[in-house]
Amino acid sequence: MTKTITLDGKTIPFTDGQTIMQAATAAGEYIPHLCHHPEFTPHGSCKLCTVKVNGRNCSACTFPAAEGQDVINNSQELTDDRKKITQMLFVEGNHFCPSCEKTGNCQLQAVAYYLNMLDDHFPLFYPHREMDASHPDVLIDHNRCIFCTLCVRASREQDGKDVFGIVGRGINKNLAVNSASGKLKDTDLDKNDKAAHICPTGAILIKRTGYQVPIGQRIYDHHEINEVTLLSENHHGE
Amino acid sequence: MANKVRVATTSLAGCFGCHMSFLDLDERLVALAEHVEFDRSPITDIEHASNCDIGLIEGGVCNSENVHTLREFRKNCKILVAVGACAINGGLPAMRNFIPLEECLSEAYLDGIGVENPQIPSDIELPLLLDKVRPIHEVVKIDYYLPGCPPSADVFWKFLTDLLEGREPELDYGLVHYD
Amino acid sequence: MEHFVQHLCQQHHFQTNHLLAILRAVQARYLHIPEAAIEQLADLLSIPRTQILGVVEFYSFLHLQPRGHYDILISDSITDHMLGKHAIMAYLAERLQVAVGAVRADGVVSLDNTSCTGLCDQGPAGLVNGLPLTQLDNSKIDQIAGLVNTQTPLVDWPSELFAVRDNIQQTGLLLNQPITKGEALQATFALGTSATLAEIDQSGLRGRGGAGFKTAMKWRFCSEEAETTRYVVCNADEGEPGTFKDRVLLNSYADQVFEGMTVAAAIIGAKQGFIYLRGEYLFLFEPLQAVLQNRRNAGLLGNNILGQVVDFDIEICLGAGAYICGEESALIESLEGKMGIPRNRPPYPVTQGYLGKPTVVNNVETFLAAAAIAVHGGDWFAEIGTDKSKGTKILSISGDCARPGIYEVPFGSTVQSVLDVCGADDVLGVQIGGPSGTFIANDELQRKLAFEDLATGGSFIVFNESRNILDIVNNFTHFFAHESCGFCTPCRVGTSLLKKQLDKIIEGHGSAGDVVALEELCQLVKNYSHCGLGQTAANPILSTLERYPELYQAQLKKISYEPGFDLDAALETARRMANRNDAGAHLAQIGEDHD
Repeated sequence: MTKTITLDGKTIPFTDGQTIMQAATAAGEYIPHLCHHPEFTPHGSCKLCTVKVNGRNCSACTFPAAEGQDVINNSQELTDDRKKITQMLFVEGNHFCPSCEKTGNCQLQAVAYYLNMLDDHFPLFYPHREMDASHPDVLIDHNRCIFCTLCVRASREQDGKDVFGIVGRGINKNLAVNSASGKLKDTDLDKNDKAAHICPTGAILIKRTGYQVPIGQRIYDHHEINEVTLLSENHHGE
Repeated sequence: MANKVRVATTSLAGCFGCHMSFLDLDERLVALAEHVEFDRSPITDIEHASNCDIGLIEGGVCNSENVHTLREFRKNCKILVAVGACAINGGLPAMRNFIPLEECLSEAYLDGIGVENPQIPSDIELPLLLDKVRPIHEVVKIDYYLPGCPPSADVFWKFLTDLLEGREPELDYGLVHYD
Repeated sequence: MEHFVQHLCQQHHFQTNHLLAILRAVQARYLHIPEAAIEQLADLLSIPRTQILGVVEFYSFLHLQPRGHYDILISDSITDHMLGKHAIMAYLAERLQVAVGAVRADGVVSLDNTSCTGLCDQGPAGLVNGLPLTQLDNSKIDQIAGLVNTQTPLVDWPSELFAVRDNIQQTGLLLNQPITKGEALQATFALGTSATLAEIDQSGLRGRGGAGFKTAMKWRFCSEEAETTRYVVCNADEGEPGTFKDRVLLNSYADQVFEGMTVAAAIIGAKQGFIYLRGEYLFLFEPLQAVLQNRRNAGLLGNNILGQVVDFDIEICLGAGAYICGEESALIESLEGKMGIPRNRPPYPVTQGYLGKPTVVNNVETFLAAAAIAVHGGDWFAEIGTDKSKGTKILSISGDCARPGIYEVPFGSTVQSVLDVCGADDVLGVQIGGPSGTFIANDELQRKLAFEDLATGGSFIVFNESRNILDIVNNFTHFFAHESCGFCTPCRVGTSLLKKQLDKIIEGHGSAGDVVALEELCQLVKNYSHCGLGQTAANPILSTLERYPELYQAQLKKISYEPGFDLDAALETARRMANRNDAGAHLAQIGEDHD
């Protein structure tokens, strides 16, 4: 017999070992997320995918689905709070969309659009962060890193390389690369690596490709992230 | 005339791009003019805002004059709106925030390439720069935000018509852009 | 250095798990972790350098830049502040001619703040090269400055500078009658492990760290796992500001704590145990090693303990300055030599803990109690306390009272009864359970210390009427922002935002909506954070906002809005460079005729 959970009142099936996120995605239900990617070990750090499971907040990307769970994903409270969590990500870094190559293709931005975020709400931190343009093909702009660790996981789990790591504590966290110089050029990153293409923001960019598609014709200029994500993540799952 | 909504606009540390986008309302400006009259703005010669219903602020706060202007708007506008990326998060001018002001001024006026007669301008007529460029909501209370660089004419239209028709302004998905 | 690092890695059998211990040794020897050492370690341990860098940057006691030969840290706990920390720090900086946070130009000495050192009953306290300095005053500082400036080796410093007292003020069920060495193990073997577990179950013993999970249940879950390699871990990362009872237990009752661990090991079938000792308790490391060795010599650790088919040994692992490592899954990560980042749960440590194997993690006091229960039986323990909180609780009492120190009280004691015995009659309020606990006001002193009412890990800080509540809240809020591990967004960014928003209000830049905004932010951090740190980081604000809303409101200006930063100060650089000081070169904090 199929096991099921209830998601916003709808009964959806799951198989043993699936997380709530996996079950929801397979059932065509979008739960906002940034640090989660179906190809990599779940991380559970961005907290955008927080859902209420039997009344308790849980990260959908890491929490196992279990028979009879009553899960709330769409509520005004969750939307408001997810918006504030997104605003936190904006103020702790330096996200100047008009000057970012990734604009329109950026998942951070797209989630913010989806949540109807119109301002930053909190005071901006304006942290001082560096750029690393040393690599011939790939650029890191630390101003835009949200510490989702997708590049870390992609490099380790798919590229077999360990190019990236998140180091430091608390608000002083930062993205480091695995070379004695601390520069990307001295790592073994290749522009075809998964890690070079996985960044949900404009923190890791492939050089000389940023404006191949004009602003205004990019993914999230015309499609909401829920449609785009469900399409691509269910495709991955097949 | 007396029933018209008075709107004032200004650009602080901005590029007037948001104002240009506003002008992209094109023929809708004519329709708007039936309900709106402009107080202080680049299209009038009024120097100080007074007794306005809506104030539209473009640009962030980079100097002391911006602070005075912003306060004048806050004091004289019932509704104050942050228009565009720079007003909302400092925008491109705020990218100077990562360089100490001392270095910025030295580079520009003292030891930068091609500087002649090096000196920091010092005249009581000149506004002084703040150490950081700030979004306007960090200096005065802001009622609404219109994101975009610039917000499209449709954003202005939706926002103003919502207000004029007594609705709580809302921007649908297609109208929310940060670029 | 190459030889030193090579040798060090050999000593640690090139185990990545020992990375933190290796880095501690490098730090001690070279006053920082040199780039070349990172390179060499990455090579020798076959791990990415980012993993090493991550650990170095995570722990407060590891540094990428050299510290002074004498690295002096002063405890920033509220209790040290109440004992004059501010003046002590200023005097120290002056006498040593070094700024707080800096290394003196000659490299001899460095000075900085550190989170609570667990010496709250004998502050102002600090650490020099990891060793405790207690009851600092100006004459001691004169002495220390002299020793530093003559570069006298630490071993030649007068021992009274490092004197740490137990200050056991009131004993009870447990501290009255410590067991004799081996007694609990003999009882366990005589009774059988499952019957002993039943006694512990019968005792009602719950975790003494504050969360209160039933100890017997945790041990049973662990013992029922299919995986048979299992571990026992003693959490001695006593980081909650105001707590210091584990320091005393490990100083004077270590045998009983280790015996409790060994009983646990016999019950769950573990062969290896760890005690995770916070870096601030470095001075206990050697004495504890000696206790362990004595136990090995006495056949109480090692193979065939007391002639039974039970093998178990205990290793001491030192932390390096990270409050988060008190969280059990972060502690396990740290034991594995990694950054102390709490894991996603499930799985819980009892199923997948250290190295992914079933692991029991308990507080020092829990093991102490378990050993006593193994000897005296469950009923002996359960006779005392309340319905849901059996036995006694060992409290660390500090702050405004005549006799700070360690008090063992029955669960269910009222706060007032505790205040009476420690000599506190002028009471504004009491912080129960440390910053992550609750602030109670002086009209709630009849409340009870028990899981049913005020749960506590033992921190009990008394504040008298002269204390400023907002100063206390400010200290705690800054503490959490400093200690957030940074893993999840709501805590990483939220604790910093809480600090900013509270600073804004305390500094008098708050206006009408700012307290509401503060409370909203508190709820967000509390409800969405990954672990207990974030979930409790807003408690100091929430618990005082609930009790003293007027204190917060009084800070607010009667205007609708005020900037959160100092506007006129923001013009200072430009003013100086343009050499101006006219009226136009200044800004008022709020506009004229402001509504």
